[in-house]
Amino acid sequence: MDMGDEVKVFGSWGSPFSRRVELALLLKGVPYEYIEEDIFVFENKSPLLLQYNPVHKKVPVLLHNGKPIAESLVILEYIEETWKANPILPEDPYDKAMARFWAKFLDDKCLPAIRKAAFSPENEREEAAEEVRDCLKTLESALNGKRFFGGDAIGMVDIAANFVGFWLRIIQEVTGEELLSVEKLPELFKWTEEFVSCSVVKKCLPPKDKVLDVVKARVAPK
Amino acid sequence: MAGEEEVKLLGFWVSPFVLRVEWALKIKGVKYEYIEEDIFNKSSLLQQLNPLYKKVPVLVHHGKVIAESFVILEYIDETWKHNPLLPQDPHQRAMARFWAIFAEQQVFEGAWNALCSQGEAKQRALQGTIDSMEKIEGQLQGKEQFLGGESIGYLDIILGWISYYLEVWEEVGSMKIMDPVTFPATAAWMKRLLQHPVIKGGWPPREKMVVYFHHRSKALGSSPHGWLRV
Repeated sequence: MDMGDEVKVFGSWGSPFSRRVELALLLKGVPYEYIEEDIFVFENKSPLLLQYNPVHKKVPVLLHNGKPIAESLVILEYIEETWKANPILPEDPYDKAMARFWAKFLDDKCLPAIRKAAFSPENEREEAAEEVRDCLKTLESALNGKRFFGGDAIGMVDIAANFVGFWLRIIQEVTGEELLSVEKLPELFKWTEEFVSCSVVKKCLPPKDKVLDVVKARVAPK
Repeated sequence: MAGEEEVKLLGFWVSPFVLRVEWALKIKGVKYEYIEEDIFNKSSLLQQLNPLYKKVPVLVHHGKVIAESFVILEYIDETWKHNPLLPQDPHQRAMARFWAIFAEQQVFEGAWNALCSQGEAKQRALQGTIDSMEKIEGQLQGKEQFLGGESIGYLDIILGWISYYLEVWEEVGSMKIMDPVTFPATAAWMKRLLQHPVIKGGWPPREKMVVYFHHRSKALGSSPHGWLRV
């Protein structure tokens, strides 16, 4: 390992995206400095964040030896290519393609559906919830009997699915909509338990009550 | 090199996503069988190979199926290593991937939304797309040849659609996005792309495109969504 490595993460305590980056660094044993950004009030964003991510002005940003990278999935690929311990992607190009496909599915389909189910006005929530359940059913098929999406150990898809593993249950609790039931999606449900029980993941999850407060504030009342 | 690789590509004549994959395969000199799909009358083959999205492009290599153009491009790059599409350096790779996502979400989707919508929504989408084009222009300034450097690369392939499709969409949508005076570096890059041997002459017939997008944009009306989503 390059002893001159300087790694910083600009993140937000409640953001699943910045937690993804931290999880990958922790898994690979890469020391980093964490800088908390206030993402709820635009004016509070630090000049550094605006300098390092001028295009989107968002977290997470990874700064490695002064070079910034934005977009959590792009950062995960960078981390994988830069620090070789505990790989988060398979070696085989086809298996790698599958992992990328599922990570993309999570961000392109699952996440928007979950957002809609959580934050839409009450009368739109049932339809949105149905869409989430379909997404999750599809996602479950990627597990295919494995303990994690990555196999025996956590991989990129597990990391990308962190909002399903942790944030989703909190959203369910607040909205009262059943999104991930143990009866209908037993494999995926089991995965969420395995995921949050990992010691590395535990280090990387925000406090549940704080997230609960944020979600409650954003969800339209019934 | 091993014998005949068995590569099939399921495509649709007017899909810019399929074109990306074809360009990549041609750059790598990979022989493939092209199978035309009527996406409005999907074959059982497509439904079997891509049950999740039922969309093209779908690449089949030795029986293994890959969907999503971004994912397919990376697979192609890793499987056939000559004429690399992505840079070697991890930071530069990250930059290419970052800008590819930006180009897709801001320029492609922006232009598509502007094409399919009306009134205020159209104006908003149009302005957003133009703002995003400015950022692309910034990336192209000082680039002698292509975004990938001396030869075309991943980002050129992702963004390449604009050198032909954009003008068609502008006509169909009665809008102006690409002004060569405002975006000279982009205009010059588009010209170079159009001359590239792998890209030249491979576009769908323009008149057919105009008719197709005219109907398509009307059909999708003011709530454009997913058909051309990556």
